[in-house]
This record gives sequence, structure tokens and C-alpha cells, in this order.
Amino acid sequence: MQFSEYWLRQFVNPAMNADELGHALTMAGLEVEEQELVAQPFNNVMIGEIIAAEKHPDADRLQLCKVDVGQAEPLQIVCGAPNARVGLKAPCAMLGAKLADFEIKKAKVRGIESFGMMCSAKELGLAEQADGLLEFPASAVVGQNVREYLGLDDTLYTIKLTPNRADCLSILGVARDVVAMTGAAMTMPKITEAKLDSNKTVTVNVTEPAACPSYFGRVVEGVNASAETPDWMVRALERSGLRSISVIVDITNYVLLELGQPMHAFDLDKLKGDITVRFAQSGESIKLLNDTEAKLVADDLVIADASGPIALAGVMGGEPTSVTEQTNNIFLESAFFTPGVMAGKARRLGLSTDSSYRFERGVDYGNTKQALERATGLVLDICGGQAGAITEAVAKLPERQAVTLRYARVRSVLGIDIAKEKVGAILSQLGFSFQENCDNFIVQAPTYRFDIEREADLIEEIARLHGYDKIPAIAPIANLSMLPLPAAKLSEHWLKDVMQTQGYQEVVTYSFVDESWERDFLANPNPIKLKNPIASNLSVMRTGLWGGLLDVLTYNLNRKQERAMLFEVGSTFHLKDNGYREETHIAGLCYGAVLPEQWGQAARDTDFYDVKAMVDTLTHHQATYQKETHPALHPGQTARVYLKEQPVGWLGKLHPKWQQHYDLPKSTILFELETQGLLQTQVPAYQEVSKTIPVRRDIAIVVDEKVEVQAVIDAVYAAKISLLQKIQLFDVYQGKGITESKKSLAFLILMQDTHKTMVDLEAEAAMAKLLALLENKFDAQLRN
Amino acid sequence: MANLDHLITEAQADFAACDTTTALEDAKAKYLGKTGLLTDALKGLGKLSAEARPAAGAAINVVKKGVETALNARRDAILNAAQAEQLASESLDVTLPARAQSKGGLHPVSLTLQRIEQLFHSVGFDVATGPEIETDFYNFTALNIPENHPARAMHDTFYVDDAHVLRTHTSPVQVHYMENALKQNKTPPLKIIAPGRVYRVDSDATHSPMFHQVEGLWVDKDISFANLKGVVQDFLQRFFESDDLVVRFRPSFFPFTEPSAEMDMSWNGGWLEIGGCGMVHPEVFKHVNIDSEQYQGFAFGLGVERLAMLRYGVNDLRHFFNNDLRFLSQFSK
Repeated sequence: MQFSEYWLRQFVNPAMNADELGHALTMAGLEVEEQELVAQPFNNVMIGEIIAAEKHPDADRLQLCKVDVGQAEPLQIVCGAPNARVGLKAPCAMLGAKLADFEIKKAKVRGIESFGMMCSAKELGLAEQADGLLEFPASAVVGQNVREYLGLDDTLYTIKLTPNRADCLSILGVARDVVAMTGAAMTMPKITEAKLDSNKTVTVNVTEPAACPSYFGRVVEGVNASAETPDWMVRALERSGLRSISVIVDITNYVLLELGQPMHAFDLDKLKGDITVRFAQSGESIKLLNDTEAKLVADDLVIADASGPIALAGVMGGEPTSVTEQTNNIFLESAFFTPGVMAGKARRLGLSTDSSYRFERGVDYGNTKQALERATGLVLDICGGQAGAITEAVAKLPERQAVTLRYARVRSVLGIDIAKEKVGAILSQLGFSFQENCDNFIVQAPTYRFDIEREADLIEEIARLHGYDKIPAIAPIANLSMLPLPAAKLSEHWLKDVMQTQGYQEVVTYSFVDESWERDFLANPNPIKLKNPIASNLSVMRTGLWGGLLDVLTYNLNRKQERAMLFEVGSTFHLKDNGYREETHIAGLCYGAVLPEQWGQAARDTDFYDVKAMVDTLTHHQATYQKETHPALHPGQTARVYLKEQPVGWLGKLHPKWQQHYDLPKSTILFELETQGLLQTQVPAYQEVSKTIPVRRDIAIVVDEKVEVQAVIDAVYAAKISLLQKIQLFDVYQGKGITESKKSLAFLILMQDTHKTMVDLEAEAAMAKLLALLENKFDAQLRN
Repeated sequence: MANLDHLITEAQADFAACDTTTALEDAKAKYLGKTGLLTDALKGLGKLSAEARPAAGAAINVVKKGVETALNARRDAILNAAQAEQLASESLDVTLPARAQSKGGLHPVSLTLQRIEQLFHSVGFDVATGPEIETDFYNFTALNIPENHPARAMHDTFYVDDAHVLRTHTSPVQVHYMENALKQNKTPPLKIIAPGRVYRVDSDATHSPMFHQVEGLWVDKDISFANLKGVVQDFLQRFFESDDLVVRFRPSFFPFTEPSAEMDMSWNGGWLEIGGCGMVHPEVFKHVNIDSEQYQGFAFGLGVERLAMLRYGVNDLRHFFNNDLRFLSQFSK
């Protein structure tokens, strides 16, 4: 909400300057977002009237003016403004006046002395552009200070109000809070009941008293709807961000800003029959003041006459019954619509008006009739006319329940020592009535405070007006007990630390991705879609992380990076039985050379087995791998990763077709794992260290090239050959000396007898069993 | 017997002429070999009288010792020279760069989160998490933001369907945590932080549609608003390693806390908004069946990117999500 300091000070004028006032508002919860001066500083500029003007003898465009500034003698001023003419009243900067960027001095203009300067709005810093002197109306008083005349010594505040403080959506409301925070006195505008000179009334039927508990309306006949809105009102409206429209509308807007009561004026002569406040019937529509047609639904509250809806209650009036400059007779409405009924209405229709904004949050239902009298008084003063009697339709208004505030609770919740008298004083200053009962305050909040429903609301008020900045920072006193930290449970930070130690850089990408990533990389035709994505390429929730990593890769390749090792840890989102399931994944990407370019190692691109090492580390070397296929990956270089026989992820080379599609000069190796299984380890359990020395034998066997090494190793362990402890591959060879379609595998075999030193004979026996097994199972030949 | 002392000088000269150990062994034979001069001299002792023999023997042995000393000294010298030559030939340019490994690093948001978690952990806060696709109920209703409440307009919400949203804050984790605690018969003190991703329909130079928050919650019998300020101020002082840093509370409104406050911290002579906080609202306690007459506590929410920007002097939020390696690599240790 925006308003001027001047207007606020009409209501309450605390002994503080504009900055102090702004700070006080902020610290009381009415956050001043912007504070600016209405006009830049300047001084010594008076209203002057040009009483004579003649052409400058030596310059076509200049005039010699005699300007009356209320002094004994008029001033001689040379002026070049095109609109300078006899009889014009305009700002006159006197000798010595300081304007924004210069000072007025006696000067000779083309040989003629000039004793001041007539000013445009631009020269006074009041406008960006000007094409002549700022013109004042004939009513302006010669010699008056221009700052005073235009009310320029004023500050504009824009405050950011939280939804609970609807009571501050008016000058009156802000003023009440200033009274509460400063103790300064309140000056209300004088509101009197209008003299009843007209006997015209309009009958009002409220069929929905719960939605509209009170409705006040009155006729004012014979108004001059084309009267000019007074300057002071135009200025007040403008400084609250509203443009002057026409006098009747201006008056209703003024009352809305001043008292917080939205009002509406109908052209009485355009109304047909009685007024009814009811819910819309389906199929009804209304042409609104903003020239749109609103289709109404059954729970839209409307003001209707015999012809149908004429206003959308609390939101906007209808165009056909609106007041125009030709209007003679008006019907003024001031009503209270309950927040519960108003909530969401304007949003559904795509309208948010000053009126709906206030009704949704709660308008003071104790001030509805007063506001009507205020508006009537302004109409009669400015537009003339005769007021009729007020038609009232008042049902059951909301009730403010008494709230008990326990003094002990105030101290306990706030953690401060605040005197009981201070609590009472704050409540009084807020305009709350209360009774004291032992150590409790029984508090009745006023009609404009919709946010006081329970004790906590009152405690907040006490804290707010005591001053949040006076709340000390106190370390809590608590029992110390250690956190349970399971030794076998790792945190996500462990994963990240392992990755970074291995040379991977962490990235963070959006959880919503391009639908094509889901389709291409994950063959997911049905990802979770956002109803209101921020962009079409960020419209679905990811089920995997590779799209984001490849996107980051592309971004960096475009910036001349030549290799990248990236990883991300993040949620993935899956559909599950009409609901959603989230899994945390870790994914890695390697592109380009395995190591940074250097003298010390021959250059080599990353391959499958480099990245497999990372997966082994993350899985605590417990993972097994099976050759399977994945839509994103090269069919011959794809492994599904299993942990305890459960599939937990994938490892492989990006499919060449996607490599081409994404214009990647080199191949990319990817992996992705669910993190859950990776974070569960075991507490180490000691096993006896053998006192004997193991025996090592190396063998090389020749098998068909399709034989998988893991199968060989698994078979050896499965056979449980006595004394054999470990088999480990150390070489793979194909080529000269090996038949085509065969390969040579070299293993080291460790054998050990934990109880006694082995003899050669025992070792030979174990090796013989091993070779027999390999020959038998894999058709393996011992390589000579 | 002839005086043999001159042999020591002669041997020294002979040995000095040798450059290799092989030559030295040859030279040694002349004196100490089977037919060497000193060996012969010792053999000749037998021809002397029993009286003369001890003195003559002793004299020969002195000479022999002298020759042996000269031999050993020369042998060591030759070996040392050889070794020095070997070492010289093995000399490296120690300024050549090391065999380079890839340098990894953590994202600055992760670094910040780790530090936040460590600091809160040090005073006994546990870490809790919750879903990012959240029900309307947990994201709003259970936090005392009923449907059509104007406060919903403060959240620019991504909708997944009519009943699910991308969480707009980490506050729903409070509700999950308190509910679960109750199910496990765990009573207050409840003391957690909940870090994670949150989402708002907002994207410009200072807003990202996805960002990170840390929620904090401490519920016990008498945890107060002043304690909230104490904990937050302690955290910020430790996070920024500045004992002078001061926290200022400003009244604000969140439906799930009351009293509610915006937290400002002193920064370069002014104030910077750092998050929102307040005392857990009785309605929230009601939703999770905690008796608000018996327990009270605070909750706060901090913007992680904001803290990271201030801590590292990053001037543009968008850096965090562009993932430019030239930016990210600045944060590796």
C-alpha cells in the first residue's frame, strides 16, 4: 500500500521525522519497501503572476515580464517560455533560490537585467519533460511558497503488508498502528450524519445474510457529477497511486483509502426496481466496469436489480449502471462482505481490485455506516445534492470472541521479563478493551482486527509493540544428550566426498526437465508433468539425472572445456499407484581424456572401466554387473549394476546416436545409482590374521572370447577348492599366438592353509583341481 | 730387519693411482697378497731369533695396518665417487609439474549445506528430510494455510495435480517429523534442521524456480522467542565467523508461526534479510497432536543460496544453476 506522509499526519502526527516514522513502521511490522520524497529539495520559489509582458528588444523568443510575487514592486524577469503571458500564475524562483542543480542569481539576458526565473515542472524536478511554465489556476495566491501550495514537503511510503494486517489497508488503519507504537493522539476527520433533504430510498433485500451481514445504501439526488475533483483530493489519490477519474468515483476511492471501506456508486436512474444481494444463478453474466463480460457461477455473490446482476459484490461494479458525468442521482453503497465468501472470487475471474483485496482479508464491519456518511458528506460538499435516508440491511455480524492472555505465557513464549503494567498499556494503546483477572487479561479485539483469535495473536502484538529489536538473543538451556549416529550408516555427504576425491565436480541441475530427455534417455513416455511449468523445456519431473549432466556438459563444451567429470546427487520422481515416489540418485558423467593434459601420462580417453572403478568404490566393491540394454546407452557397453541381487543402477557408454544428436565430438561414459543401498555398510568385524604365508601360482588359460571373466571367477569360488583363497585376473590378451575368437586370461591364484605351512604337493593338487574345473566348465586350455 | 715404514707411503701412492675397485684389488696384491711384500716379511720372521721376533712382528703389523687403512680409505673413496656419479645421473627437474590427477569439487550449495549441518549438529540438531512433491495438505493446510487463504498467494506454487505441489518451502518437513516422532512415541525435545530443494514459479536475475532452504525446528517445554534469536544469532556468527554479527527481528507474518519475524543480520553497516522465523503456531501443533499447552518451540527458514552468496562473495544467483566449470572449480579444496 502506498500513501503520503502528509495524509497520515492529518490523522496522527508523532514527533518524529519522515525517516524515523518509516523506520518505526518497519519495526512494527508494516515494512516500508520504498520511501521517497514527493519533490527534490528546492527553496525560495513563489507563486508569481505575470502582470506585463513585452518582447525582448534583442531576442525574438524572449519576453520581458513584470512578475507580481506579492512584494511592493513587481520583478523584472526575462522569460523564454512559449506560454508566458499576462495573467498567468506560475512558479517564480526568486534571487538566491536553490533549485536541483543551480542557484538563481541576478543576470543579464541579452543585455537586460533579470531578477529571478519563471519555472517549468521540469526545472523544479516535478516532471521528466515540460514544454512551458508550470501553470497554476487563477485561484492560486500570489506570493505563496510553491512547495507549500503544492504540498511538496511530503514523503511517499510504500508498505508491504502481510495478509493478516488487512486493518492497515487504509490511512486510518496505519494511523491506528502509529498511535499504538508511539502513543501520539489520533485526529479523526469530522464525520456527521447528513441532513436528509430527499425522501427517495431504494429497498434492499439481502437473501444471503451470511455472505453480506450488513448493507447500507442511500440515495443522493441532484448531484453535479461533472464537478471538478478538488486539488487536495486529486493529490491524495495520486500519492496513493490512484488516478483521478471522475468526482463520484474519486470520492468513493478516497473513502476506500482513507477508511478502508470499499464503496460503490450506482446511477440511480439506471436501476430497475429493488436491490437484492444474492448468489448468482448459473448462466448469468455481467458486463463489468473494465469492459469485460464475466460469466458467473453459483457461488458468486452479486448485487442485482430487477434486470439481473448489476455489480459483482465487493469486486467491481457493472458498466450499465455506472455513474457518468451526466448522472444526476446516485445510489451509494457501503457493505460488509465476509472474507470467507470473498476468498478466491476475484482470482477465479482474473480480477484483483482494491475492493476485493480488502474484502478477502477483512474490512472493518464496525465502520460501514460511518464510511457511508463520510462519502455522503464529501458528495454533498463537492457535488451538491440532497441526501435520502439510509437503507439498512443488517444481520448477524461476526463476533470478536474474548481472548484470554496469560501474563505468565507472555513471559514464557517471548522469553523476556516484561512488566504486567506494560502489557496492559500496550493493549490499551492498540485500542483493545480488556479486563484483568488475577494474572490474566481477558481481551476484546476491535472489529477491524480480524487477526486476533487466540492467545498467540495477542502475544505477537505484545512483542511487536514492545519492540522485536528489544528481544534479547539468549542461548537456550537444555539437557545434553548425544545424537544416535549409526556406525554403519553413511550420509549423502560421504558419496559427494568420495566423488570429489576421485576428481568429479558436483553440479546442481533443475528437478524439472525437458520431456524429450525422459523420452530419449529413459524411454519414459509418461513422466510426471507440471500443470504450470515455467518453460516448456522445464515441464516434467525427472526420473533420472543424465539429461541434466549432458546439458551441463554441452554448456561447458560450448565454453571451450575439453574434458569433464561431473556428478549430481538429487531426487528423482516416479509415478506409483496413483501417487508419487521419490528416489535419491547419484549419477556421474565422464567425457574426454581420462586425465588432464600433461607430460607425465600418455593421453587416453575415459572408457567404461575407468568409470566402473567409481561404481565399485561407491558400492563398497559389492556390486555385480550384468550385460543388459538401456535406451541411452551403447548396446555393447552397458551394464546393469546389482547390489545384493537387486538392480540399483546402470553404467555404460552414451549411445552413439545420442552422441551424434547432441553433437558431442567424443564418447561419454555415464553411471547412475540409487543411493539408498550405498549408504548402508557394515560395522567392521575382526577376523583372525593367519600366521602362515600364502602360496602364489600364476596361470594363463585360453577360452572362447565370449566367456565372461566374472563367470570364470564365480565358478572358481563356487567350487570351493580346498586351500584356494583368491583368484584375480591380471591380464587379458588376444592376438598373435592365440587362435582367432579366443582370448587368453591370466590369473594369479593365492592358496593358504591357515593352520600349517603348505607343501608343494598340496598346492599342485589344488591347481590341478582348478584346471580341471576350468577345462570342464569353460573348455579352457592351459596356455603354454 | 730392514725398515718397512716406506711401504705405507708407497702403498698410498699405488692405491691413489687406482680408479676402480678392480685395479685397487690388483694393487693390494703387491703388499698383502700371498706373495706380497708384507706377507713375505711376516714369513721371514721365522728366521729371526726368539728374542728379536716379537719386536719385529709388531713393527710389521704396524706397517700392515697402515697399508690396510690406506686400502680401505681408497676403496671407500672409489665407491663414494661411483655412487656420486650414479646419483648425479639420476637428478630430476623437481620443478616439473606433478603427474596430474583430475580435480573434483563440491557445488557451493553443498559446501554451504555441509557447513550449516555441521554447525547445527554441534549443538545436537538432527537432520530430517521430506518429499519434494508434497501434498497440498502438508505444504499448506497442516501449516495453517487453508485453501483460499491470502497467504497462498505469497507462494508462487508449481502444481503437479490438484492435490500435489512442488514444495514451496521446507516447512512441511516440520510436520512430517513431528508426526513421525509421535508415531514412534518420541516426545519433545524435538530438534532438527531440514535442508533441501524448494520450488517457486519465479525466474529472473534474483529468483530461481528451484533453490535451497534449511528449516530449523526446536520444540521443548520452554524454548522461547528470545532463544530463537539466540540460536539464529549464534549460527550466523559461527557461519560467517564474526563475533560482532548481530541479528535483528522484524515483525512479519507466516501462518505457521506466531509471533513471526523476518530475520535481518548486520552486514557492512546495514541490514540484510536472511530468512523468516517464529514460534510454532498452536494450529500446527494441533495438526500433529502435540499439546501446545505443554510444549512450545521455534521454527526458522534460511535461504541457502543467500548464505552462500554472502559467504563466498558471489554476486549473481544464476551462477549456481548454470554449472559453468570455471565458476564451480573455484570452490574445490
